[in-house]
Amino acid sequence: MSDDSKGEAKKEGCAGCDCGGGGGAGGSLPPVAPQDARRGFMFKFGAGLLGIGGILAAVPIVGYIIGPARSRYRNEWVDLGATTLYPSGQTRFATFLNPIRQPTDGDAAKTACWVRCVEAGKFQVFAINCAHLGCPVRWFEQSKLFMCPCHGGVYYQDGTRAAGPPPRGLFEYKWKVEGGKLLIDAGRLPGLEESV
Amino acid sequence: MNREALIQIVKQPVQWIEDRTGVIAFSTPLLSHHVPRSAKWWYVFGSATLMFFTIQIVTGVCLGTMYAPSASNAWESLRYIDEEIPLGWMLRALHGWSSSAMVVMMAIHMLQVFMHGSFKFPRELNWITGVFLLLTVLALAFTGQVMRWDQDAYWGLGIGAAIVDRVPVFGDQMRALMLGGPIIGGETLNRFFALHVFILPGAAIGLVGVHMTLIMKNGISEMPKPGEIVVPSTYRKGFEERMEKSGVPFFPDAAQRDMVFCGVCLILLVFLAAYYGPFGPGGMPDPTLINTNPRPDYPFMWIFGAVSLLPPASETAIMLISPVVGIAILVAVPFLSNSGERAPSRRPGMMLLAVFVVMAIVALTWEGVTSPWSPVMDGWSALPTPTQFVKGRTPLQMQGAVVFQYAQCRNCHELGGFGGKRGPALDEIATRMSPDQIVRQVQQGGGNMPAFGKNLNSAQMTAIVGFLSTLRPANEADSTIPGAQLPLPIKSPLVLESPFTGTGVPAEISAGVSSR
Ligand code: FES
Repeated sequence: MSDDSKGEAKKEGCAGCDCGGGGGAGGSLPPVAPQDARRGFMFKFGAGLLGIGGILAAVPIVGYIIGPARSRYRNEWVDLGATTLYPSGQTRFATFLNPIRQPTDGDAAKTACWVRCVEAGKFQVFAINCAHLGCPVRWFEQSKLFMCPCHGGVYYQDGTRAAGPPPRGLFEYKWKVEGGKLLIDAGRLPGLEESV
Repeated sequence: MNREALIQIVKQPVQWIEDRTGVIAFSTPLLSHHVPRSAKWWYVFGSATLMFFTIQIVTGVCLGTMYAPSASNAWESLRYIDEEIPLGWMLRALHGWSSSAMVVMMAIHMLQVFMHGSFKFPRELNWITGVFLLLTVLALAFTGQVMRWDQDAYWGLGIGAAIVDRVPVFGDQMRALMLGGPIIGGETLNRFFALHVFILPGAAIGLVGVHMTLIMKNGISEMPKPGEIVVPSTYRKGFEERMEKSGVPFFPDAAQRDMVFCGVCLILLVFLAAYYGPFGPGGMPDPTLINTNPRPDYPFMWIFGAVSLLPPASETAIMLISPVVGIAILVAVPFLSNSGERAPSRRPGMMLLAVFVVMAIVALTWEGVTSPWSPVMDGWSALPTPTQFVKGRTPLQMQGAVVFQYAQCRNCHELGGFGGKRGPALDEIATRMSPDQIVRQVQQGGGNMPAFGKNLNSAQMTAIVGFLSTLRPANEADSTIPGAQLPLPIKSPLVLESPFTGTGVPAEISAGVSSR
């Protein structure tokens, strides 16, 4: 706000009253120069202080909100139990607790996946999430297909796309066998922009 | 005490308050401003929307006193409100039904404003604030669905996350921002909670304030008449003159109609809520319970339908660009035409557009509800084979009927009107395909059908083809052998079992129907 308009507003507000508003009360002259300079300085000083304070306060606020976007979460090896649980040539349902979890996640920290034992010692572990928009796919042993309840995505037993809208095959977890146990590298929700 | 003294006793505090607050001076013009005499029943929908919004705030605050905004017990807290708190279920029902009602009223209000050209000069910003109100309310509806924290909420978030994830370059970061981390969990619910109870209602209240202020400033538009043309340079003057001359005060002339309509709406709301009860919560939000069929709430069913019908090759672009374009067009409406005729009869193109949009939304909603693209997950195990398709068949053909169920063909194909609609119904397949063609189709798939070649052994394949090549209406030849003998002459009137009602249907009727 310029000092000019301030002077005018003051004049208008004080019209007809006797409050003696400021040095130039009643006159049409602008306020005297020294005051003017001081006001100009005060205004800038105030704006500067507010600006600095605002930035200081914004750092934690913005950081708090966008924190999750920084990828500080890492996948971990998760134990899916003894390899004997997964007979050769079959596809089995498995669940695990997500290694990336927080105290308030409740059941949402549970995660499901499909484990296919191609032959002894050789596995494929598929994410439960359809590669289209993430709905949970279901395995049909008889026709050896995965079907998705949302938009009709269908996959073959090796995870390749068979029909429907999915742009690719099922997401696969990295796996390894250690001490007779099947481990998978899991955590982040699978999505097109990242492989699991 | 005489009357004068009584009046004084009442008057004094009122005057005191008026002196300190100016509330009467402030609200008198709100109530007494003139509105067009022609503003009849068409104009009640905005008020009804506002009433439902008020109900949302009141019931929402009440629910806020019991709801636990934490992924570990939100679902239980809703069950507790429903089952243990006296009339808690009713409060949830009111909140849910009033939210749907608000969306519906808003849509009607917007449609009315569009059809009557009320968005034209000088009410462009009335329209634009209205568009942002609509977006805010839809966002409230979506975040509200998340508050239920059931399976639909969980997988609905998953779908939302998968769409956001497709944004080029920043998809991953945006998804993390939306979910509050790399998975759908506690932080996700709390983010949506903050949106649902702080940010969005705050935005909505602010927007309602601006919207109402604009109504006071620009006045309520008159009913459009053909030939009464909006000319921005002279409109205000003419409008003010007409209001002075023939306008009626908002209170009580127009308000009484609002009151009647809102009263009816309110009573209907209470009855709906009491009769149908609250929405959900559905199954527990445990992502390892995968026997689920995630569907969005009704306001978003048309989007679900649209997403399912998009061609896979271009769906990412369409999913990401069309919302932006859609909102831009809505905002641009008053700038594309802010003067000229307002009457629907003089704007046939716009009316066609409105009808088209409404029909598209209705049709897509219907598609979403019926989801013909989704396999019927338990079709293979739950549906009986209609008796007319097995009666009189050879053991091999009957075995084929078994393999047909066993190989989950029924999840995508109908027989006798029951089964999936993803693929074609197979009741008359033998009239369209020869056994050879059937073998090829089953083995190699194609046309959106998976290949079954590896999963069926040759005995199963023979059986299934044997069965399928008997599927044709009586008296109709199959596709390659003209005039071939029917394998199944129906001799006497049989009674066929309808698989679901259990009521018998005389065979002639069934045969007549199937050979129509
Ligand atoms: S999410 Fe599976 S087909 Fe769309």
